[in-house]
Amino acid sequence: MTETSARERQMTRYNQHQDGDTASNERLLYALGGGALVLVGLSRRSLPGMGLAAVGGSVAYHALTGHWPMQQSNGIDADYSIRVNRAVTINKPVEELYRLWRDFENLPRLMSHLESVTVQDGKRSHWVASAPLGKTVEWDAEIINEEENRLIAWRSIGDADVESAGSVRFEKAPGDRGTEVHVKMEYMPPGGVAGAMFAKLFQEEPSQQVHADLQRLKQTLEAGEVPSTEGQPRGG
Amino acid sequence: MKALCWYGKNDVRVETVPDPQIINPHDAIVKITSTAICGSDLHLYNGYIPTMQKGDILGHEFMGEVVEVGKEVKKLKVGDRVVVPFTISCGQCFFCQRELWSLCDNSNPNAWMAEKLYGYSPSALFGFSHMLGGYAGGQAEYARVPFADVGPLKLDNGGLTDDQVLFLSDIFPTGYMAAENANIEPGDTVAVWGAGPVGQFAIKSAYMLGAEQVIAIDRFPERLRLAETEGKARTINYEDTDVVEELKSLTGGRGPDSCIDAVGMEAHGTSPVAMLDKAKQMAKIETDRPNALREAIQACRKGGTVSVPGVYGGFIDSMPMGAIVNKALTLKSGQTHMQRYMRPLLERIQNGDIEPSFIITHHMKLEDAPNGYSMFRDKEDECVKVVLKP
Ligand SMILES: NC(=O)c1ccc[n+]([C@@H]2O[C@H](COP(=O)([O-])OP(=O)(O)OC[C@H]3O[C@@H](n4cnc5c(N)ncnc54)[C@H](O)[C@@H]3O)[C@@H](O)[C@H]2O)c1
Ligand SMILES: [Zn+2]
Ligand SMILES: [Zn+2]
Repeated sequence: MTETSARERQMTRYNQHQDGDTASNERLLYALGGGALVLVGLSRRSLPGMGLAAVGGSVAYHALTGHWPMQQSNGIDADYSIRVNRAVTINKPVEELYRLWRDFENLPRLMSHLESVTVQDGKRSHWVASAPLGKTVEWDAEIINEEENRLIAWRSIGDADVESAGSVRFEKAPGDRGTEVHVKMEYMPPGGVAGAMFAKLFQEEPSQQVHADLQRLKQTLEAGEVPSTEGQPRGG
Repeated sequence: MKALCWYGKNDVRVETVPDPQIINPHDAIVKITSTAICGSDLHLYNGYIPTMQKGDILGHEFMGEVVEVGKEVKKLKVGDRVVVPFTISCGQCFFCQRELWSLCDNSNPNAWMAEKLYGYSPSALFGFSHMLGGYAGGQAEYARVPFADVGPLKLDNGGLTDDQVLFLSDIFPTGYMAAENANIEPGDTVAVWGAGPVGQFAIKSAYMLGAEQVIAIDRFPERLRLAETEGKARTINYEDTDVVEELKSLTGGRGPDSCIDAVGMEAHGTSPVAMLDKAKQMAKIETDRPNALREAIQACRKGGTVSVPGVYGGFIDSMPMGAIVNKALTLKSGQTHMQRYMRPLLERIQNGDIEPSFIITHHMKLEDAPNGYSMFRDKEDECVKVVLKP
């Protein structure tokens, strides 16, 4: 199928889900640009000549259908993707967190691997992230789902270095504990099976990276700074 | 500046290192006037705490004068005299707002390390391994103090000496929280394992909180003597007798209502199980030696409380869970929630309720700190507490 038709189908699915229950909404992971995967160097550029099996649209497709290849088999095939699912509770109101996140240009301040985000119009943005060995990867993303003070979902579009999907959901934590921030992402490693195997070796990394980013966000918002010991004295 | 650096087991050195700088906006730099060596430092010195790196500056009990503040520091000013708590807390998170200061969510830059070991990270501590923050400590001429408006206790220059207030940085609040955690009620007998500095403050605090009788357990005569004269405790030398039996007889067969383990992960012991613990710890198949804790659980009366200020780092074997369940014991622990106690205990000192300097046996220059470590570890020269002057 062509990428366009896949996307159309996603949108149809999405609209169906939007009318549906929360649980199915939660399964909506959308294509986003790359984030953590970038850290393991899995960009098309950093893995030249690795087959580059085109799997256009399938990341978001899996997200939409709730059909996750990883749960079904332990083997790796061209459908293999990396998923991240992390949450943090931040002692701030939902509205404040939503507003902050919705302005993507704030994100590089909070996420260590992002170099810049340029918002082009209400839905589209251009992302640049650092990759190992001084490289960068870039992609365009579009918002494909948005509920004020509740959910933002996005995916990569066009010729992205890393095809991926993500969503962030905000929920009031019980008992005055602030806001739960739930981040879900899925990446389709380029490079087909070889790329997937390579990614599997690093599987913890993307999830740890998102976790660290969420911690940094929490520290910035709650404590007003990110704790650090960089540059302190030591012996030797 | 000069600072005491850790280089490995039994290897600490005073070296010249760069002065600390403000790194974050809520930091202050404190010029240290007094700093002490703690039983917790011995766990580092003896090589039992993971994630130490060569060159780490030790020390978490210190006080001094503020010489520089970051741009977001509102309450502290240059020139203020402060005691710095050993825990680092942001003041804003769920835990800080509930006064669970040693559980602060936001002060540990290496939270992920502690998460791997404990599930979640406690607050960072000064000079106490990278897993717990990796912050340079205060056995030095200067220290950088993060979240300076949240931690340090400002003192008016109302005549209290360093020796009188220094222990508000750790062991006095620690002994006090240990006693508070012991759920003491009028008429209670409290048994305290370990008559080191923490144990001594736990003894005094137990009386402050209404204990009828306190019994201290150790093997060093000078420490037991101190517990008797200063602490008004009865004492048991565990080398002379069976502690559990002796406690039974001292309590009319009931057992102590509360038991405090102020010994921690390097408990000494000669029983076969204790020897096995020691062997396992050396072979690195058990990280901590819990014989004082086991004894406390065994000795505690039914329905009583076991309070554990003693530090444990990892895993222990043969935990007498059966005794905990079947005697319906309560077990309480934690690094001290410092800010809860510093001001009220300062008032106790000002009122003359307690004179904390009673535990100091040695004053030394910072340069002599390596001697201080070995002397304190080996209890040479009846050493109970070493205070260093930079
Ligand atoms: N929870 C906290 O926040 C906190 C703060 C400070 C210190 N600590 C911990 O408290 C503990 C005590 O600290 P300290 O400065 O008093 O140390 P210390 O080493 O001076 O005292 C420990 C005492 O325990 C005695 N002891 C050893 N084995 C024993 C046994 N089997 N039965 C009875 N007594 C025994 C020793 O003889 C010694 O006198 C350490 O583990 C330290 O890390 C905890
Ligand atoms: Zn201490
Ligand atoms: Zn906090």
